[in-house]
Amino acid sequence: MATIDSKIPKGPLAEKWTRYKNTQKLVNPANKRRLDIIVIGTGLAGASAAATLGELGFNVINFCMQDSPRRAHSIAAQGGINAAKNYQNDGDSIYRLYYDTIKGGDYRAREANVYRLAEVSNNIIDQCVAQGVPFAREYGGTLANRSFGGAQVSRTFYAKGQTGQQLLLGAYSALSRQIAKGTVKEYNRREVLDIVIIDGRARGVIVRNMLNGKIERYAAHAVVMATGGYGNAYFLSTNAMHSNGSVAMQAYRKGAYFANPCYAQIHPTCIPVHGDYQSKLTLMSESLRNDGRIWVPKKKEDAEAIRAGKLKPTDIKEEDRDYYLERRYPAFGNLVPRDVASRAAKERCDAGFGVAPSGLAVYLDFSEAINRLGRKAIEAKYGNLFQMYEKIENENPYETPMKIYPAIHYTMGGIWVDYELQTSVPGLFAIGEANFSDHGANRLGASALMQGLADGYFVLPYTIQNYLSDQIQVPRFSTDCAEFDEAEKAVEDKIKKIMAVQGDKTVDDLHKELGHIMWEYVGMARTKESLTLAIEKIKALREDFWKHVYVPGKAEDLNIELGKALRLIDFFDIGELMARDGLNRNESCGGHFRTEFQTEEGEALRQDEEYSYVSCWHYKGEGVEPEMLKEPLDYEETERKTRNYKN
Amino acid sequence: MAKSINITLNIWRQKDAKTKGHFETYALKDISTNASFLEMLDILNEQLVKEHKEPIAFDHDCREGICGMCSLYINGHPHGWETEITTCQLHMRKFKDGDVITIEPWRSRAFPVIRDLMVDRSAYDKIMQAGGFVSVNTGGVPDANAIAIPKPIADEAMDSASCIGCGACAAACKNGSAMLFVSAKVSQLALLPQGKAEAAARAKNMVAKMDELGFGNCTNTGACAAECPKGVSLTNIARLNREFLCAKLKD
Amino acid sequence: MSFFLINSSIGRKLVMSISGMFLILFLTFHMCMNLVAIISPEGYNTVCEFLGANWYALVGTAILAGGFIIHILFGLLLSIENRRARGNDRYAVTARPKTVEWASQNMLALGIVILALLGLHLYHFWAKMQFVELQAMAGVEVDSNLLANATNGYGLIEQTFSSPVVVALYLVMLCALWFHISHGFWSSLQSMGLSNSVWLKRIQVISMVYATLLVAGFAVVVIFFFVKSIL
Repeated sequence: MATIDSKIPKGPLAEKWTRYKNTQKLVNPANKRRLDIIVIGTGLAGASAAATLGELGFNVINFCMQDSPRRAHSIAAQGGINAAKNYQNDGDSIYRLYYDTIKGGDYRAREANVYRLAEVSNNIIDQCVAQGVPFAREYGGTLANRSFGGAQVSRTFYAKGQTGQQLLLGAYSALSRQIAKGTVKEYNRREVLDIVIIDGRARGVIVRNMLNGKIERYAAHAVVMATGGYGNAYFLSTNAMHSNGSVAMQAYRKGAYFANPCYAQIHPTCIPVHGDYQSKLTLMSESLRNDGRIWVPKKKEDAEAIRAGKLKPTDIKEEDRDYYLERRYPAFGNLVPRDVASRAAKERCDAGFGVAPSGLAVYLDFSEAINRLGRKAIEAKYGNLFQMYEKIENENPYETPMKIYPAIHYTMGGIWVDYELQTSVPGLFAIGEANFSDHGANRLGASALMQGLADGYFVLPYTIQNYLSDQIQVPRFSTDCAEFDEAEKAVEDKIKKIMAVQGDKTVDDLHKELGHIMWEYVGMARTKESLTLAIEKIKALREDFWKHVYVPGKAEDLNIELGKALRLIDFFDIGELMARDGLNRNESCGGHFRTEFQTEEGEALRQDEEYSYVSCWHYKGEGVEPEMLKEPLDYEETERKTRNYKN
Repeated sequence: MAKSINITLNIWRQKDAKTKGHFETYALKDISTNASFLEMLDILNEQLVKEHKEPIAFDHDCREGICGMCSLYINGHPHGWETEITTCQLHMRKFKDGDVITIEPWRSRAFPVIRDLMVDRSAYDKIMQAGGFVSVNTGGVPDANAIAIPKPIADEAMDSASCIGCGACAAACKNGSAMLFVSAKVSQLALLPQGKAEAAARAKNMVAKMDELGFGNCTNTGACAAECPKGVSLTNIARLNREFLCAKLKD
Repeated sequence: MSFFLINSSIGRKLVMSISGMFLILFLTFHMCMNLVAIISPEGYNTVCEFLGANWYALVGTAILAGGFIIHILFGLLLSIENRRARGNDRYAVTARPKTVEWASQNMLALGIVILALLGLHLYHFWAKMQFVELQAMAGVEVDSNLLANATNGYGLIEQTFSSPVVVALYLVMLCALWFHISHGFWSSLQSMGLSNSVWLKRIQVISMVYATLLVAGFAVVVIFFFVKSIL
């Protein structure tokens, strides 16, 4: 059995990163020019890494599947980005940010990585301001902060409700500058379909040009994947339509461990599903729970009447409303963490108290806050969100409560990386949401942006040099070699196989079926039985796919359905892996809730003795059960505690 | 409450930039008014695929109004006639039973059609590469609070920065001008002290690239700002003019 | 640096706006001068004499003509470029957003209308006044009657605006002029960069008011003499 070496530097937690930087190997400027690096993805992590590596003098090849690097889904992040600046003088520190992140992650993250993340968080803010990111400011001209879930300090920097957009455009502008300089070559509308391994090292990629279906080859000394999360395995999620886990699956199939796949974050405040034509879900910021009260009717007949359209929520009397979060968690009320709020909503709806025609929604009611603070105050705080809600739902949330329901939002699991962000395949690196390292079992709000930029600007550009320093003698690669031939052939064969099926189901039909399985059996509350069933059902669905899928058009052409089919194949594997991991993890922690493991009050019950490890899944071949390796999580600095939100 | 409507679609179909395009008419039945416009097109595409026909190519990604990828010209307006929304935020409840909806791609020389409703907007990336940045490398920057920026300036810069690069401005402009896009970026960075150092060069380089790529000349009709899904204002264009002319006059 | 006025889109727009502003300035003087005709025929004829074929008036006329030519040439150049920038296929359905002025999208057409009627105007007045004097100076034989009347602008006005057809054409021209200037005035300032979030609305309003005053000034004279002729 392979051993897991996470390469965590020796020494006290707070000194590890400094020590690493002091002793790591570097590449001199003349040699940098001779080294090629492929970066897949142009989100916060990808764009910032490609730009920084380009600035350092490496030769970067960057891919994105949209028409422009600026479209990556990091752009949709609303709330903000955390940093331990302590500008508010409220007692924040690097340690405190580190501690909140570890605790928020339900003690399933790697200490050293999280501490480093907190350490570089401040540099990110400096960097972004220097790039011209228009963060919100106070009248005195200094930066403004707001508070976010899971923290007792105000450390979140923001740019209106468009922080992700502004940070991404900052990274994109840095990337644009390098493209103009020629250090980064940008390839848009390209989908990476395989990673090429030569002599055990990642040396290139096989890419499909989405405009003409041509298969292209690119070689480099190292490959960085910054391809985001795999939440779209559920079909409906807050991810963008093109977000996918395909590169992660290719890496996995080429030997990279997939870590903690079952940790998926379900965000409690999303606009509910209204029909089977629905393509995606829209998030409403977590901040709404500061003033909104969540409830469902106390009486089933009221809920039924609402579903049938006979009653309006405003018709339900105060005493007939069940403010279930306030009832169950008196101390935290509506401000319990995301996972807790999500499960509670599901519990009520499953019990038949859900509202909206589907029965899959609860109310988020602002009437009390409007009465207390006045409509103006609420408008100032949440005006843009209310407007967004009104556009989608056609209901005025000032007058009638919002309908919300949980939805898949972020995946904490991902490709396993060591302290250097290198996967178990030498020369293959994973950054941002694509890796698993920093959020443990649950991610705190405003931390995803922080991690993406930390990896891309300040971590990978250092650590990759430690790998590349012994590659300077390796000449530039040609793609004319057996390994590339083989990988390209495998991709072409797969495409041919898909095109040959010519069945009677569309890709979306099948993807929706997968989504139903995932949501039903690998969703918010999982059991041994549901997970076992999910594995079986996914296997059957995969077979169904290979028998019945219909992809129109030609392979060597712009073919949207083919692209979706290729991604769906990988989502099957991800779904199965998530279920398998969830089945293995006999505990409840963060985004993974096993019904069997809960306290009497229905709270998550961790099993630290047995499960404080990272489960690393090692591919063993098509149709063969993967091997599970454990990276123990040794907590040197932090004591594990149980989270309590009741009192 | 959700209703269902029947609609007729006139959709532009075009194989590639070189082939002549044409309209095709599709009838869609029982479309829920809760569906978004793009979901309505998904339904149509599912139907086409089931009939073994080629689905309609259109760009889309985040479907929450921020990525800037969706780009449909609906009944004479980019992103439809509702103000300050993208196509993905347009819902079918805005249409009536029996409506005929004409959907066209962005039409501008600098945005050649790739297929059907999908156009090539890489010209905007090229303009950004010409100067839409602050020349600062990663690391070695001053503390974020080292330079105080008055709130009104920061807010104005934020308003300019909210551009999503969708191309609706050039698509709406009868001159095919990209001035609103270019001016939004030039303004954002000219307003902030961090971007001032190279403001003159930025304005000159971005305008030169814009002209080179075949965008038209601004005649201040204001259609760009009226159709902008993010409400980017015409005053950005005035600022760009000012920045550019001052830079040229100083040379 | 000098080439940016021709090479760059913003430079070309600057030329358009400066020449446009110059023409507005000219029209302002022209309109004020016209108003004199209502107040005092003698005063008006003195102005006409003053602006006869003497060197300063001729230099002024040449500069004015230059301004026109530059404005027209650049206008055409920009319009041709803008048409090309639109691409080969046109939208099948177009709609004008509420905030977009009709005039702003039809400046070329309005310009052509104005230009055509300007030809008529030159034929009516300039050809009978300054041009006649010029011909005389150049030694060309001219009707002595014409020459004698060359500075009797007042008489010419009375005569010209007694025809309902001419009056109607002039009113059409003034109408086109109003649209052209109501957009052109603020657009010119905007192109020069003289606008911001506070002033944008203001210059748009000023533009409307100014265009209205200007056109009203011209129209008053036309209507005044027409009414006078039929009374």
